[in-house]
Amino acid sequence: MLALWIVLAVVVVTLVVGLVVVVPRRGRRRRSLQSPGGDTATIERPPARPSEPRVPPPVAEPRTLLEAQEPELEAEVEPEAEPEPEPELAPAPELRERLGKTRGLFSGYVRALRSRSSVDDQAWDDLEEALLRADVGVATTTALLEDLRSRVHDGELRGAEAVVAALREDLRRSLDTEAGTSLSHDGEGTCVWLFVGVNGVGKTTTIGKVARREKAAGRSVLLAAGDTFRAAAAEQLDQWARRTGVDIVRGAEGGDPSAVVFDAVQRAQARGNDLVLADTAGRLHTKVNLVEELKKIRRVADRPPGHVAEVLLVLDATTGQNGLTQARQFLDAVGVTGVVLTKLDGSAKGGIVVAIQRDLGLPVKLVGLGEGPDDLVPFDPDEFVAALFD
Amino acid sequence: MFDALSDRLEGILGRLRSRGRLSDADVDEALREIRTALLEADVDVGVARSLVDGIRARVVGEELSKSLSPGQQVVKAVHDELIEVLGGETLRLTYASAPPTVILLAGLQGSGKTTTAAKLARWFRQQGRNPLLVGADLQRPAAVEQLRILGDQAGVPVFSEPSDPVAVAAGGVREAQRLGRDVLIVDTAGRLAIDEALMDEVRRVSDAVAPRYTFLVIDAMTGQDAVATARAFHDALALDGVILTKLDGDARGGAALSVKNVVGRPIAFASTGERLADFDLFHPDRMASRILGMGDVLTLIEQAEREFDHDIATEGATRLLEGRFTLEDFLSQLQQVKKLGSLGGLLSLMPGVPKEVKENANIDDGQVAQVEAIIRSMTPRERGEPGVIDGSRRSRIARGSGTTTQEVNQLLRQFKEAQQMMRNPGMLGGMLGGGVKGKLAQAVAERMGEGNADPSSLESLGAGGLGGAGLGGGRSVGGLGPPGGAKGRPGSKKKKGGRVTPKGSGGRAGR
Repeated sequence: MLALWIVLAVVVVTLVVGLVVVVPRRGRRRRSLQSPGGDTATIERPPARPSEPRVPPPVAEPRTLLEAQEPELEAEVEPEAEPEPEPELAPAPELRERLGKTRGLFSGYVRALRSRSSVDDQAWDDLEEALLRADVGVATTTALLEDLRSRVHDGELRGAEAVVAALREDLRRSLDTEAGTSLSHDGEGTCVWLFVGVNGVGKTTTIGKVARREKAAGRSVLLAAGDTFRAAAAEQLDQWARRTGVDIVRGAEGGDPSAVVFDAVQRAQARGNDLVLADTAGRLHTKVNLVEELKKIRRVADRPPGHVAEVLLVLDATTGQNGLTQARQFLDAVGVTGVVLTKLDGSAKGGIVVAIQRDLGLPVKLVGLGEGPDDLVPFDPDEFVAALFD
Repeated sequence: MFDALSDRLEGILGRLRSRGRLSDADVDEALREIRTALLEADVDVGVARSLVDGIRARVVGEELSKSLSPGQQVVKAVHDELIEVLGGETLRLTYASAPPTVILLAGLQGSGKTTTAAKLARWFRQQGRNPLLVGADLQRPAAVEQLRILGDQAGVPVFSEPSDPVAVAAGGVREAQRLGRDVLIVDTAGRLAIDEALMDEVRRVSDAVAPRYTFLVIDAMTGQDAVATARAFHDALALDGVILTKLDGDARGGAALSVKNVVGRPIAFASTGERLADFDLFHPDRMASRILGMGDVLTLIEQAEREFDHDIATEGATRLLEGRFTLEDFLSQLQQVKKLGSLGGLLSLMPGVPKEVKENANIDDGQVAQVEAIIRSMTPRERGEPGVIDGSRRSRIARGSGTTTQEVNQLLRQFKEAQQMMRNPGMLGGMLGGGVKGKLAQAVAERMGEGNADPSSLESLGAGGLGGAGLGGGRSVGGLGPPGGAKGRPGSKKKKGGRVTPKGSGGRAGR
């Protein structure tokens, strides 16, 4: 019970803080007159109000609200939800076109570099800055450039053009995996894909889009609204379910997410669904309890008849170096199998995926390019790199 | 938050602190490492460069102080520069003479606007205002629903209607006037800075409500994109400030450093947790201290001031000083402390607590609940005199609290040790005077507008590092040892911290 010590210590220290604050409080008004500005704004604050609303009180009430939306509901709600089996979502031109709006910084550096005849210090600095600005990260950038430098030194590469081409090839190679971008449906029993990630990266939206894709591919999909924490998260997923015409299993807000996933698997088994897409509440990878909860969800989902075929880390493309930490922690905790890079249509470059793939071997499998229901496409390393350079 | 950056800087500066004199090469190396540390924390490339240049200018320039060693000088330069880049003064809100005072929130998808709106509403309520929330995010499914639930938790009404965002916002103003609400917080849909149609829409929302403050909500984990985003929103909406969210993660927060520098607008508020209470004004000076590993006692004090029941706090503190602190007191104080947020969060605000302890502490609110349950299962007499607890009482308590007798035993034993430690007359002196706590006392003194000398704050900074080093080993779980002398025990770290440091009495003198 290390905790007690810490709790005690925290209580005691806070008490002393309280003491220090409370005792001289009487004399303070006098003193504040001669206080030299600074942030003394709080002195005038009204005394503490003890009854404050706390956020997370909805404690696990017994989940009763298990409901499945009947598919016939949706067709009329959202005409575009018709499962028009679109065979391909035409990813290749889209990625470049979408990124085309915003890239420029990186390609600007590269263009400037190409126009140089020799690779001088300034050129190396520019290249470094370009990579850093794309969120590739210091360590990865240094490693990439060190390698290029030595190749230039050895005479293998001559001129700026060759260096840029080599860098491009290096980046592309480090994003290429044998596993590729295919998503697994293998295994015994009901296939479960689990979506994990920190808050606000777009897990729920991604699930909605994946559901649409998978349905278009002829699979029968069931959504599990495993985000029981965030207000109205289940409602949000529910709307996606209606839009795409798939079933959903919901639990009570504040209920146990593992139970929701368990019920979803059971239901999928009973109804013969091929695939369960399990949403989870956004959680920072630093919150040990929440990560433990996630491990439990995974264990429960993996219990027969369920079978976890994919654990997808949803990552916001605007994320910086913290993305690598996130990936590492989630990989350790729940065995992430791939990354979904969302919001790549913004001005971000998503360079952190280079580090993630290099350091952790985690492939990017899907890319989110916008808010439309079809704006989720398989990741293509060639396109990604091309979009950075051209 | 900022942990990675503060770790890096601590490592770099720790080496410099001990040097008597610095060569140019030393300075160059330090600056290079500082740059890397900043970049790894997602500070914008350009901002990192200017920050490093600023530090260099301070170090080699005129601003030399004879009372500081060269190493301390670099520390001070970094500290000053960080404060400057983080944005100088804390925001002072003013209110419109003709209510409502309108606050407009904008930002990318997933940056936390809706949650922030509710937190902000709660904050205004705490300031004695009557906010009204407006759900103008009609884009994301169930966004308004989310706002309604959160508004409910914050005790703030929510206005929305299924029309279009501009109409909703304008309707919100009328609604606020009708209801006599004096602050109006408008939540908008997430949008990309490059999406011209949506940027135009938010501009029209802004025109419709004429906000007194327009805040950009930005995720602390954002990378190099933070600056471009802030700039684009600033161009469209003329921002008054930035609200930084998800600061409770690890590392990062470089966005905070960059934004002010690039758009010339400060970080106004910061959100540090999932609870609505985990939100406050952003204090650049404190953040600079936090980055440098000096803790953030001021925030702790302010939180305590706001949330504590003063009678209970005074009572507890008095009993503590008199050595009469019982389990009953512990329980009631624990309730007080819990109002401030998670215990883990509090721990991170405390200066001089070694990072390993913070990381490994993992204070689980469930464990805290267990401790509470055990104490609650005791009779008043048992709480006052744990000595009377015999075998049968023990098993009753265990049954009552759903724990085992071993756990009850452990709690009693640890509390007894802690009690003995607290009775030790030197302890509180050490707490108030010692290096780590000296900083606390000093911070309090500074806050009262007395004693704010650079050298002493630098000394305490140095002391903080020392204290941290001396205490780093204190992780033997539940180890037994003579009370009062237990340097290596986790529970004692804060209390004993002061003893390890040389400048023990500085803090007290400050008052």
